[in-house]
Amino acid sequence: MVPVEYYIILSAVLFSIGVAGVVFRRNALVIFMSIELMLNAANLAIVAFSSALKSLEGQIFVFFVIAVAAAEVAVGLALIVEIFKSKRSIDVDQMNSMKG
Amino acid sequence: MTLDLALFLILALVAIAAALGMLLSRNAVYSALFLVLNFVTVAVFYLLLGAPFIAMAQITVYAGAIMVLFLFVIMLLGAERLPDAKVLPWQKPLAYGLAFVLAAEATYLFVTRARPEGDILPPEAAVNTLDNLRALGIALFSDYLLPFEVTSILLLVAMVGAILLTKKEKWERK
Repeated sequence: MVPVEYYIILSAVLFSIGVAGVVFRRNALVIFMSIELMLNAANLAIVAFSSALKSLEGQIFVFFVIAVAAAEVAVGLALIVEIFKSKRSIDVDQMNSMKG
Repeated sequence: MTLDLALFLILALVAIAAALGMLLSRNAVYSALFLVLNFVTVAVFYLLLGAPFIAMAQITVYAGAIMVLFLFVIMLLGAERLPDAKVLPWQKPLAYGLAFVLAAEATYLFVTRARPEGDILPPEAAVNTLDNLRALGIALFSDYLLPFEVTSILLLVAMVGAILLTKKEKWERK
């Protein structure tokens, strides 16, 4: 059997790749995808612990996380479309003013 | 080396390579497709962990709905590739260094401090029966009924919000 540590290490690595994407990419859409990657890494850790502890609660939490991520993507992409309409760009370096 | 371990190692390589491809692609469409590969790989991990329902939800919701939405917006905005701009030269190495430190620390702490007792269930126990699905459904509609309903309200609010945000703002000026 695969030890649970391996899954946790993989999850930590995927999460860190997501953090690096948020820190240095400039395309707002790619930053958003990195956030999804981090959510996914956290889900993997939760399911691994749930499986190791032989408990179903972890899978239920992951179910809710997936639902919340879907809602977050719908609103976030609508915001990005709005920003693109006003700035004509989705470069996060361009988003430096509070109003329009 | 057992079959499970070999499967895990190969899939872990694919998952990390797909995540790095997402991170390093210049073109946002390639990033999205690499992320789809990563999501499907993680779904296979869920199957290995004995969570078939979560695996299917992962494929339909993440790799299906969410990434189609991403690709749709990328192509709608025509923003696959940003024009090259002056960037801070120290930003990229610093980001890599900090992310590596985070990965090392998180790995160390997770493995040493959060180690649960027990090993991963053999997948046959959950995959080949409907027990997992039945147990999840019973738990969702009994113990977790309130969070379940709150989630439905959250999805409704997100839908209304997304429609309002992309709507023409004529109603403001009347």
